Amino acid sequence: MHDQTLTGLAAALTAGEFSSRELTEHLLARIERHDGALNSFITVTGDQALAAADAADAARARGEAGPLTGLPLALKDIFCTRGVKTSCGSRMLDNFAAPYDATVVEKLAAAGTLSLGKTNMDEFAMGSSNENSHYGPVKNPWDLSAVPGGSSGGSAAAVAAGLVPAALGTDTGGSIRQPAAFCGITGLKPTYGRVSRYGMVAYASSLDQAGPMARTAEDCAHLLGAIAGHDQRDSTSVARGVPDYVEGLEAPLSGLKIGLPKEYFGDGLSAEVASAVREAIAVYESLGATVREVSLPHTHYAIPAYYVIAPAEASSNLSRYDGVRFGHRCENPSDLIDLYKRSRAEGFGEEVKRRILIGTHTLSEGFFDAYYKQAQKVRRLIRQDFLDAFEEVDVLMGPAAPTPAFDLGANKDPVSMYLQDIYTIAVNLAGIPGISVPAGFAGGRPVGLQILGTHFAEAQLLNVAHQFQQATDWHLRRPAFAEETA
Amino acid sequence: MALEHADVLRAAHLARLGLDEGEADRYRDDLGRILEMVDQLQSLDTDGVAPLAHPLDATQRLRADEVTEPDQRETFQRCAPAVENGLYLVPRVVE
Amino acid sequence: MQWETVIGLEVHVQLATRSKIFSGASTAFGAEPNTQACAVDLGLPGVLPVLNEQAVAMAVQFGLGIHAEIPEVSVFDRKNYFYPDLPKGYQTSQMYEPIVGPGEVEILLEDGERKTVRVHHAHLEEDAGKSLHEDFHGMTGIDLNRAGTPLLEIVSEPDMRSAKEAAAYLKAIHSIVTYLGISDGNMAEGSMRCDVNVSVRPRGQEAFGTRAEIKNVNSFRFVERAIEFEVERQIELLEDGGTVVQETRLYDPEADETRSMRTKEEANDYRYFPCPDLLPVVLDQAYVDHLRGQLPELPAAKRERFQGELGLSAYDAGVLSASRAMAEYFERVHAVCGDAKQAANWVQGELSGALNREGLAIVDSPVSADQLGGLIVRVLDDTINGKAAKQVFQALWHGEGGDEHNSADAIIEAKGLKQVTDTGAIEAMIDQVIADSPAQVAQYRDAEPDKRGKMIGYFVGQVMKASRGTANPQQVNALLKEKLDALC
Repeated sequence: MHDQTLTGLAAALTAGEFSSRELTEHLLARIERHDGALNSFITVTGDQALAAADAADAARARGEAGPLTGLPLALKDIFCTRGVKTSCGSRMLDNFAAPYDATVVEKLAAAGTLSLGKTNMDEFAMGSSNENSHYGPVKNPWDLSAVPGGSSGGSAAAVAAGLVPAALGTDTGGSIRQPAAFCGITGLKPTYGRVSRYGMVAYASSLDQAGPMARTAEDCAHLLGAIAGHDQRDSTSVARGVPDYVEGLEAPLSGLKIGLPKEYFGDGLSAEVASAVREAIAVYESLGATVREVSLPHTHYAIPAYYVIAPAEASSNLSRYDGVRFGHRCENPSDLIDLYKRSRAEGFGEEVKRRILIGTHTLSEGFFDAYYKQAQKVRRLIRQDFLDAFEEVDVLMGPAAPTPAFDLGANKDPVSMYLQDIYTIAVNLAGIPGISVPAGFAGGRPVGLQILGTHFAEAQLLNVAHQFQQATDWHLRRPAFAEETA
Repeated sequence: MALEHADVLRAAHLARLGLDEGEADRYRDDLGRILEMVDQLQSLDTDGVAPLAHPLDATQRLRADEVTEPDQRETFQRCAPAVENGLYLVPRVVE
Repeated sequence: MQWETVIGLEVHVQLATRSKIFSGASTAFGAEPNTQACAVDLGLPGVLPVLNEQAVAMAVQFGLGIHAEIPEVSVFDRKNYFYPDLPKGYQTSQMYEPIVGPGEVEILLEDGERKTVRVHHAHLEEDAGKSLHEDFHGMTGIDLNRAGTPLLEIVSEPDMRSAKEAAAYLKAIHSIVTYLGISDGNMAEGSMRCDVNVSVRPRGQEAFGTRAEIKNVNSFRFVERAIEFEVERQIELLEDGGTVVQETRLYDPEADETRSMRTKEEANDYRYFPCPDLLPVVLDQAYVDHLRGQLPELPAAKRERFQGELGLSAYDAGVLSASRAMAEYFERVHAVCGDAKQAANWVQGELSGALNREGLAIVDSPVSADQLGGLIVRVLDDTINGKAAKQVFQALWHGEGGDEHNSADAIIEAKGLKQVTDTGAIEAMIDQVIADSPAQVAQYRDAEPDKRGKMIGYFVGQVMKASRGTANPQQVNALLKEKLDALC
């Protein structure tokens, strides 16, 4: 049962093939057996999951089950969960049990799903390999010597390994799409503001967005429908109706206009990834889509702009971790400055400190205009590139990452690590949605096809991704890791 | 824009991050390379381009002036490192 | 050398919203520590701010009250610094695009002169919590109840030239915000606080001198005294060949002096940038016009009207319009009695005297405006004379006559204070007094005619006494003179 999609499991629960408790017990047992090697969970909430499964089974017995009732999920450890540790992958919050649930957590519970636990991640969502976690790196189930991608690496690895059918991640510069690509699953970053950020620990507020990570686009459609929508508690969430994302999945793709940004197929793209992506695009042509080249001329500036804006916002967002009201506090501070400096030096890891320092520096007097203001102007140019492209085509396609999953420890230099996000980062600056779908393999490691749409085009992206998954079976491939008969 | 050792110390102090000398040197190297990458922005002519702070052109929604939050001091202070008489404690602040 | 003082004020006004500027926690004063600090106020991970519509409306009302521009778009920024009473490590404020643009405030000086002080802008921001320095084993306690209370910071241009002008400006701001009902203006509870920028320059010089900023002055009196001390300090320093250092100082009311704040001289760098958790606030013209339509008459307009339409003196108009409560009381008295001068005299004389003696605010007056108006009506229609009126007022003050608006009448009736104006009755009393005072009558008759005027006082006194104060004194005077002169 651990190989099934969310949609398949829902059907099985409805048909009474097994109960939510049986499913939950089975998955908890798999986590117990296999997660030692993967390290994809920080916290497993078995008792709560089983209690929720029983409640779901009871609801089903009363005839009160909805489409998602009784389905087990996992939550990136960035989402606040009442009474359960929310560490954000950081020593700073190792002792923090949130007093409230994030809006998405509330919504998923209201839809009848249950959580198996909190997944590992790069500390404060800063990273592209999940090597920046206080709780140690996560391994890629396709190859334990490879990274799962980041920052939602735990969610991606757990889904790929069949420990959970789907999970929530967050994406600030590619943190859903790149690990989805590296682990051979489907991951959707919605339009900025489509999903509430309330209760999601902030990294860079104008870029952060939560989204589903699952085996199929169809599963993502179900989950997005459950978590999307306006939230009174998040000023940046958008007051706009939520369409039925499942309804349109079957629409045919004839006449679909696909744009291939030429900047996404240039230097630095691995030949194997390029060929897998080209083959995927050929599949779309066979489905009746037309393909043309487009240009996103400011692509080159996306990483520089991001590494001004995101660290600037982060440096401010992370000031609340001061050892006063919650979180790590150093032993015996001699004075206030010592309390601050030692608590923060001990509580934060290296990459977080690096970004706080960058952000503090670029915001400081004398640098603000040259860095921050300039980056914001470039941000507008980058958004305009996309809006111009969507005047000509319906969706854009390209690789989710320049290479398949790289080896653990391969990118020691921060800048070379940052450059891994070349194809995903501009999307967050522009606020548009993007999805990564499995599209083949390179050297035994999965390759992701990234599909981008204009603001609020999630339904279209899911339709386009789903049709690909009806025509291919890349998304059905499972790693040999943790294979066992259900 | 070159980054000096003093810039790192200044940023670390503003951000209240304790760094020893060795760390400061290491961060100066890292930050120097990151800024070098970031400096590509300077080559772009952005005259007449308005800064973009949010990806959507949305405006602020307002909340009705109602008291909706009950007292949850006990719950909130359960995760606090040091409290007494309902107050959060910090080393003495000299005014 | 002749020195000129240059003063600018930053006034922080706590807005009288029920809930905080970015959260639904209560703003009530005086609660147990941290019982009104919700997750947003505490800056817990993942929580987000949502702007209070009332805070916005109040800021706009203030802007309209000082004839300021109200920009269509305003933006919140973060001011980043670490302090234990600042939970998020930044204060959400408005640095670059404030909600209220340039405006002006008219101030009234003691000599009746008027002066316009320009307001540079006013912006919304959140208040910080409080540090309590009582001894917790050598630790400081932090109470975050106040964190997130909405503040309107009103920044003046450096237009004031004396401590008195600064105090008058502060009073004018106080009066505007209390008139608008956007703040309780309670300085003792910190609802209004003020930072004062002071510099001096040789008279005639255009360039400003180096200024010192005096932080957190919290009373009208202290503002004046702090400035006076600071001006003297700077002049002395300059005359001794020294220079003024640009710095932040604290006013110590006990020692009546300002002192440099002992900060290790590190330049602050607040790293302002637009708050990514909040979107631009856009106010359309219809909304602003709607608020404009609801504005009450403000002190300056009231003062003008009291002087122009009601014919009050500049001084009376100023005093009676200084607070909304005073103005409303006066206007009610006037509406009831119909005589502005009498109403002004009674409110400022008998009533204010009694209130001051008891230390009461006008809203707590035991004599209502309707009652006082009713009393004045009886003076104006000659039902009672001035002396009786004071008696009636005392009776009203002590709650006699019930709390009806016509309670003055009840007292007049009960105490028999109705003025006697019946000529026959008065003549009878006069005849009796003349008959009972042969010696005084003889003296009167023997006196030089121009001395007699003074001597008549005795007879008036006797007649009034005989009438128990109720005889009309003018009538008594006239009739007595007539009768006595007839005897001469």
